[in-house]
Amino acid sequence: MISIDILLNAVVTGILLGSVYASLALGLAITFGILHIPNIAHPTLVVAGAFFVYTLSQWGLDPIVAALIGLVPFYILGVALYIFYSRVFERRGGANVLQSLTLFFGLSLVIEILLALGFGSELKSVSVSYIGSSLKLGLLTIPYRLLIPALLGPVMIGAVWLYLSRTNSGTAIRAVAHEERALSIAGLNPASVKRHAFGIATATAVVAGAALIMVGPVEPFAGRFQIGRVFAIVVLAGMGSIPGSLAIAVIIGIAEALVSSYLNPSWSPGVAFAILLLGLALRPQGLFGAAR
Amino acid sequence: MRKTSILFIAGIVIVLALGFLLPWTVRNPFYFFVGYVVLQYVTIATGWNILGGYAGYINFGAAGFFGAGVYLSAFLFTTFGLPLPLCILAAAVFGAVLGLLMGYLTLRIQGVYFAIATLGLVVVLETIVHNISALGGASGMAVYGPRPPAWSPGPSQYNFTIMLVIAVAAVSLARFVEISWIGRGLRAVRASEDAAECSGVPTLRLKLLACALSGAVLAMAGAPYPFYTSFVEPVTAFSLIIGLNAIAMPLIGGTKSWAGPVLGALLLASVQQIATVTISSELNILFVGLVLIAFVAFAPGGLSDLFGRRQGRAKS
Repeated sequence: MISIDILLNAVVTGILLGSVYASLALGLAITFGILHIPNIAHPTLVVAGAFFVYTLSQWGLDPIVAALIGLVPFYILGVALYIFYSRVFERRGGANVLQSLTLFFGLSLVIEILLALGFGSELKSVSVSYIGSSLKLGLLTIPYRLLIPALLGPVMIGAVWLYLSRTNSGTAIRAVAHEERALSIAGLNPASVKRHAFGIATATAVVAGAALIMVGPVEPFAGRFQIGRVFAIVVLAGMGSIPGSLAIAVIIGIAEALVSSYLNPSWSPGVAFAILLLGLALRPQGLFGAAR
Repeated sequence: MRKTSILFIAGIVIVLALGFLLPWTVRNPFYFFVGYVVLQYVTIATGWNILGGYAGYINFGAAGFFGAGVYLSAFLFTTFGLPLPLCILAAAVFGAVLGLLMGYLTLRIQGVYFAIATLGLVVVLETIVHNISALGGASGMAVYGPRPPAWSPGPSQYNFTIMLVIAVAAVSLARFVEISWIGRGLRAVRASEDAAECSGVPTLRLKLLACALSGAVLAMAGAPYPFYTSFVEPVTAFSLIIGLNAIAMPLIGGTKSWAGPVLGALLLASVQQIATVTISSELNILFVGLVLIAFVAFAPGGLSDLFGRRQGRAKS
């Protein structure tokens, strides 16, 4: 027995959730998809961004304004992380993927614990005037706490995508992963291009964090439940395809919303992972874009 | 080779004899309570290293395999009353199947995807356990362990001896893998997978074998856990610290040989056991995380490599 309003609401909720997931995955689409650095600490950085937004909102700032303020410190944090990462591995001549995975794993744990020690391990949420109410359109009921973060996602993704495809420094970022030597022959420093890219990727984490904490309360270890999602999105989109990541994120969002309205909400954390495993087994090159 | 094998077997016999005799000479059960955890980590680190160290494929989901072992043995014991050794065996088989499945789905592509998939494994298994009422769901289930047999003075000592046998079996398995054709093949995979494949090493089959063995040992490490704590719940069975220690211990000790994970586990687990008495478990994770980063960044070969280099320098 499928009633049309439940189905419709589930699909719309799924699209909106997917849009939020896409903004969570954007930073990873840059670091892992374009630069091929397996930054598994990204979801944790998003949670750190959420806590940054939470802290500023305690002083009465709007979460979106807080996220915009956070762009600068998170960009600097990202640059610092990349400098640490490259210092560690450059001395050994090139990064071993598995060692860098381990490094970022350790890093994400340290960030989580520092957050837990600093803020306590309870759930934290932001309260803004527009968060409590909902938009009603016929059969649809869309809560603003989901609608506004969902609109934030495409705006940020569009901006980053335009930057990467239309500007010179964006083109340099896409080029550095393909051919580092050619880039240095062209007179650009690959290391500084990568630093910049990592900074941008980390800066997106604070906006994604604002979206995350607007959708629902966040605790320091919330990143663990996002890892499956964000990697599913980036990998299935076909490494580095940013519009593709938005499409995949929406598909995952719809699948999760359907599972939680027809089966049980407690099953939904497994959905993205199941999709990822199926995708890897059936189509390892991703659904959009070519594999590299 | 023969001489070291004889030494190894002699070492095992001494360790096992001590394990059976100590419970009768040391009266305080607290030491066995703590010793159990240290031995559990020796098993986990050894199991992880079969795949992570020898083949170079990082498994972030050790807690998933461990938790699967915990829940399977708790379930089999409480519903069917299966004896403990059979529970442990069943956990090993289940872990092997789980490892094989994970490996089959992801290992054909690249190491990164395997690692990412294992990250999700813990979340998925935890979700499944949460949703199965026969396993107690989120609230957990109580397990009343078997009465200790006559040759053991109490439950703490009995669990300790069981874990010691498991740990010894795990280390022996790891050493066998290391010195046999399996280890040679896996080392070739780690050095260069393409080159190994070209020279006729059956890379996929070797990796799957390593996955299965590693999964079996990790699940086996969890099997006696329900009887040790008398209570299982998803949060502790799939705990973050298990996945973290599984990676940190071999990396700290050294991943090339069986002795590395044992050394790392003995060292780190003992420090943690002393530390959790005095400091919080959060600071404990922070400490292990920082040590892990330090070793990955500055001493990727682990302690055994550091010692080896120093000795080499002293000789030359």
